[in-house]
Amino acid sequence: MSRIKLNTLDPSFKHRVARQPGGEAIRACFACKACSAACPISVVDKRYDPRKIIRMALLGMKKEVLESDFIWLCSSCYGCHEVCPQNVRFTEVMFAIKNLAVAEACVPPGLTGQKALLKQRGRLYEVGEFENEKREKLGLPPIVEHPEDYDRLL
Amino acid sequence: MEALLYLGCTVPVRNLNYELSARLTARELGIHFRDLETFGCCGFPVKSLDVRQTTLIAARNLALAEKEGVEICALCNACVGTLTETAHALDTNPELKAEVNERLKEVGLRYNGPVKVRHYMRLLWEEVGLEAIKSAVTRPLTDVILAPHYGCHYLKPSELTAGFDSPADPRTLADLISATGAQVTDYPSLKDCCGGGLLGMSEDVANALAATKLIDVAATGAHALVLVCPFCNVMYEGQQKKIVKAAGLDLKVPVVYYPQILGLALGLSSDQLGFKLNRVKPSGLLKIVEG
Repeated sequence: MSRIKLNTLDPSFKHRVARQPGGEAIRACFACKACSAACPISVVDKRYDPRKIIRMALLGMKKEVLESDFIWLCSSCYGCHEVCPQNVRFTEVMFAIKNLAVAEACVPPGLTGQKALLKQRGRLYEVGEFENEKREKLGLPPIVEHPEDYDRLL
Repeated sequence: MEALLYLGCTVPVRNLNYELSARLTARELGIHFRDLETFGCCGFPVKSLDVRQTTLIAARNLALAEKEGVEICALCNACVGTLTETAHALDTNPELKAEVNERLKEVGLRYNGPVKVRHYMRLLWEEVGLEAIKSAVTRPLTDVILAPHYGCHYLKPSELTAGFDSPADPRTLADLISATGAQVTDYPSLKDCCGGGLLGMSEDVANALAATKLIDVAATGAHALVLVCPFCNVMYEGQQKKIVKAAGLDLKVPVVYYPQILGLALGLSSDQLGFKLNRVKPSGLLKIVEG
């Protein structure tokens, strides 16, 4: 990574993360790296490193964080959450960061597709005649799609 | 006892063996499941887009359960996690609850709370209990060796699962397997994440996570890996062929759901329990149990 240029940093970024639901405790981090040690993703992909992401956010590297590929690699296993001595709740912080990335139009296409499905069907997978016939053969009750509330609320 | 069966998105379409076996074993053990047709997605899939929307969708389902006055029992770790987390947030944050209820008005609902949410395994553990399960076993699974996989949201965050099981030293699934008469095998990657949460983002990283466990479980000689979550199933069963091929390995790990195993021990047949739908056939296991 190249040198950090102070005048490109956004010192308000950490406060914006902290205002998101789940992001509240990011400023409590004292950089002990327990999160990174507990993270199963950083074992298989070095680009993903919880402590690095927190440091970048605290320094104000807004663009580098929100436009990165690696913020989408959290599997939300809560391994970091369990070991954090400062109760940063990093899994939730990651959701807060991803939510900000989405708001700035850096959204992976798969995610918007899932939301569209929920609005159309109220569920991720279609339940049509074929699925319900299969269910009936096994003695299971039919599934009825109720997308109305989802369409209104999402 | 009575509970509303919360199927979520994946189980009623792709994991009918899990649904069938959960319904049958519950009936055998005195748990009365009621279906609520209006239940839909729990909201977890939109959490990366907007946490507020997840809260709203989860609250909608909680409010539907509240109208029935019955607790929720879910089969998917992600559904249990999302609904529990939302109920906890609404019950402890009056401002959030007021905000959510303002939106729920649009669909004619209101959440007052609390609404209880439990995984089916937790109902078995807390409502039926190990001793009652042991005494209901009519066909002990002697000589069957099984490897448990808990899944992340079953155990974590511990602030939501406190009093049930421990993320550092989990035991409920292992003990529930033992109750069927089967032997439980331990292995190094017991507590690993399946990677299912990022399959849609990076298949390679997700597969790399799942590979370690498949290799470990194959090495133990277990007859099957036992799951309690359809997300984990996508990785260990659905992706298994791909993972094994990419790693240049030659192994097959049969994958089963806990209620299928429990059902066998309660004397139900593999046909009734939907074993035909298991894609990596647990032939060794079924040969021991049914001959």
